[in-house]
Amino acid sequence: MTKLPGKQMVVEALKREGVDVVFGFPGGAIIDVYDAMEKDGNIKHVLVRHEQGAAHAADGYARATGKVGVCIATSGPGATNTVTGIATAYMDSIPMVVFTGQVPTSLIGNDAFQEVDIVGITRPCTKHNYLVKDVHKLPTILKEAFYIAGSGRPGPVLIDLPKDIQNQVAEFDYPDKIKLRSYNPVVEPHTRQIERAFKLIEKSKQPIIYAGGGVIIANAHKELRKLAEAIYAPVTMTLMGLGGFPGTHEQSLGMLGMHGTYCANMAMANTDLIIAVGARFDDRVTGKIEAFAPNASIIHIDIDPTSIQKNVKVDVPIVGDCRRALKKLVKVIEEDGRPPEVWKEKYQPWWDQIRAWNKRHPLTYKTEPGVIKPQYVIEKLYELTKGKAIVTTEVGQNQMWTAQFYKFDEPRTLLTSGGLGTMGYGFPAAIGAQMAFPDKLVIDVAGDGSIQMNIQEMATAMEQKLPVKIIILNNQFLGMVRQWQELFYDRRYAATEFSVTPDFVKLAEAYGAKGFRATKPEEVEDTLKKGLETDCLTIMEFAIAREEGVFPMVPAGKATTEMLLV
Amino acid sequence: MAGPYFIKIQEFLPMKHTLSVLVENEPGALSRITGLFSGRGFNIESLCVAPTLDHTMSHLTLVTSGDEYIIEQIIKQLNRLVDVYKVVDVSEGEFVEREMALIKVKAEDETRAEVLRMCDIFRCKVVDVSPKTYTIEVTGPESKLKAVMELLKPIGIKEITRTGTIAIQREKKTL
Repeated sequence: MTKLPGKQMVVEALKREGVDVVFGFPGGAIIDVYDAMEKDGNIKHVLVRHEQGAAHAADGYARATGKVGVCIATSGPGATNTVTGIATAYMDSIPMVVFTGQVPTSLIGNDAFQEVDIVGITRPCTKHNYLVKDVHKLPTILKEAFYIAGSGRPGPVLIDLPKDIQNQVAEFDYPDKIKLRSYNPVVEPHTRQIERAFKLIEKSKQPIIYAGGGVIIANAHKELRKLAEAIYAPVTMTLMGLGGFPGTHEQSLGMLGMHGTYCANMAMANTDLIIAVGARFDDRVTGKIEAFAPNASIIHIDIDPTSIQKNVKVDVPIVGDCRRALKKLVKVIEEDGRPPEVWKEKYQPWWDQIRAWNKRHPLTYKTEPGVIKPQYVIEKLYELTKGKAIVTTEVGQNQMWTAQFYKFDEPRTLLTSGGLGTMGYGFPAAIGAQMAFPDKLVIDVAGDGSIQMNIQEMATAMEQKLPVKIIILNNQFLGMVRQWQELFYDRRYAATEFSVTPDFVKLAEAYGAKGFRATKPEEVEDTLKKGLETDCLTIMEFAIAREEGVFPMVPAGKATTEMLLV
Repeated sequence: MAGPYFIKIQEFLPMKHTLSVLVENEPGALSRITGLFSGRGFNIESLCVAPTLDHTMSHLTLVTSGDEYIIEQIIKQLNRLVDVYKVVDVSEGEFVEREMALIKVKAEDETRAEVLRMCDIFRCKVVDVSPKTYTIEVTGPESKLKAVMELLKPIGIKEITRTGTIAIQREKKTL
């Protein structure tokens, strides 16, 4: 066995866990780990311009690949700057390991320079965290961190490394496998529950599959499709679930919830059976909880027991990995032997109703001569990329228009901050995704507000020669808040109008990137074409209709059937 | 219409529940548990922690209240913590619970004998004596402590400390 200093243990662990890239920003309390990485030379480090960018980039990398994302920051402000990124990953169950430097153990608690209790600060927004006080425990902690981050319901794990621990030497006994007596996520669903679920499906006349991010995390998209096609049930997805079932599939109703499609929300309100897969009945999905799906029985598949029966009463809870649960359920259906046509016939009246809803209020927008509609930009983007790009978004209107008008057919192609709703997420996440897939087209759809929250990462993208494409839907407003003000606050636009916005084309040029701008609808396609063809970081700015809203919209606290329509 | 967030406070009949929690004896483990309660708006009425025979584990007895859904969430959320080994709602079945209080009570001339009589009736112990006070140790279920306190109040309680409830399941059941 070899003796290693703590800093080198970290590097060795990264290699053994198959980490090929880390995102970070150095500082005095983490300089030793950086030195060890530099000497080792096997781990690609992406130097960001702000630690929040590092956390989001690691998150974007994790979402795009399914692997554990890694980021590094120093103590104090470096550590606190990662917190938004950690909370973002926590809310969306993204596997991530965060290393932070810490002042030497002898100084902890002394209000030392750049000291902060990051373990205390991140306790409520990490799946687990560690302050390493004994270098002998470091190898086990490193192994545990990767195991905990990536297993069960994934999430971020933080390891706080005091400077003296980084330099103390101990045996490096890295376990191949780890078993924790207090942490054993249930992955195998209960067979009896699956049988009970099938009985409900058999009885149902108007079922709907409600798929969330868990489908994507569990790589259960194929199994989900099999289930949907086997029983010919309609499928609606949460924002996090988009791509978990093909958006262009005839059985897809699109997204549900606050800005979901009319037919998805109507179907949810009228269904007699919700088959929830890896979703958590979030308030943006249910609207007014008392009015949510009043006649529905609920089957709920989730790996996290706390998600089940948290917001709604569930008839058949199935705790376990979505993929395994769906596999078992499909097997029960196959054994039953009814061909899809039988199901199709059984659900024909239900489908007729759904199609009538969709015909009455399809997803749409009004065109205006001479004005660029943001939905049009997204539609064109979808056409030109043939739906093959990895799309990240910021948060707000840009995010909702993307979710509505870009049809995601594949999992891990939409990376967006769903739970926390973090503005400034999209661009660094795009950097992370592009690092993982250098040859894929990676696009960040942004608003003029949110892009400015992490715009400093343009330097990172240039430095790494990453051809990320940024689409800025510029309405010189914080559009989503403005929309609420328009609808619910008598158009009092408190602090939502930007009187100063940088010239984004010039800004791109200042960083050595390319910039294009469209101000008229007829320029949109050409601008997109030019921008998507470049081989470097590119901004495409679209001056969009300033007061365009996102519709349908369920006002917060209202029933999901009370939609405001275009 | 008021603000955009309409949070409805659920009306429920809060029922007291006594939870036994086995947790890794790690730094921060207790803070994770109390943080969970404050962060998610659950109640803690009392909390008592000490190591078990196995020093790598701590036993925590926690008294909380809520309807059945809240208690179910509390138990699930506790189980979700990486450091938590096991959670049992002992108040679901037969169990014994005890709490101890040390009560410093005024005991001057005419009341000295009365305090001692009370101790006798409730099988309390006098653990410290001064010319003007008695300090009494009382052990029992919470109801007994309450009764003792009610009776000593008119005499004059100067100070009181309580341990919080500890509980154990009856008969063969173990955690």
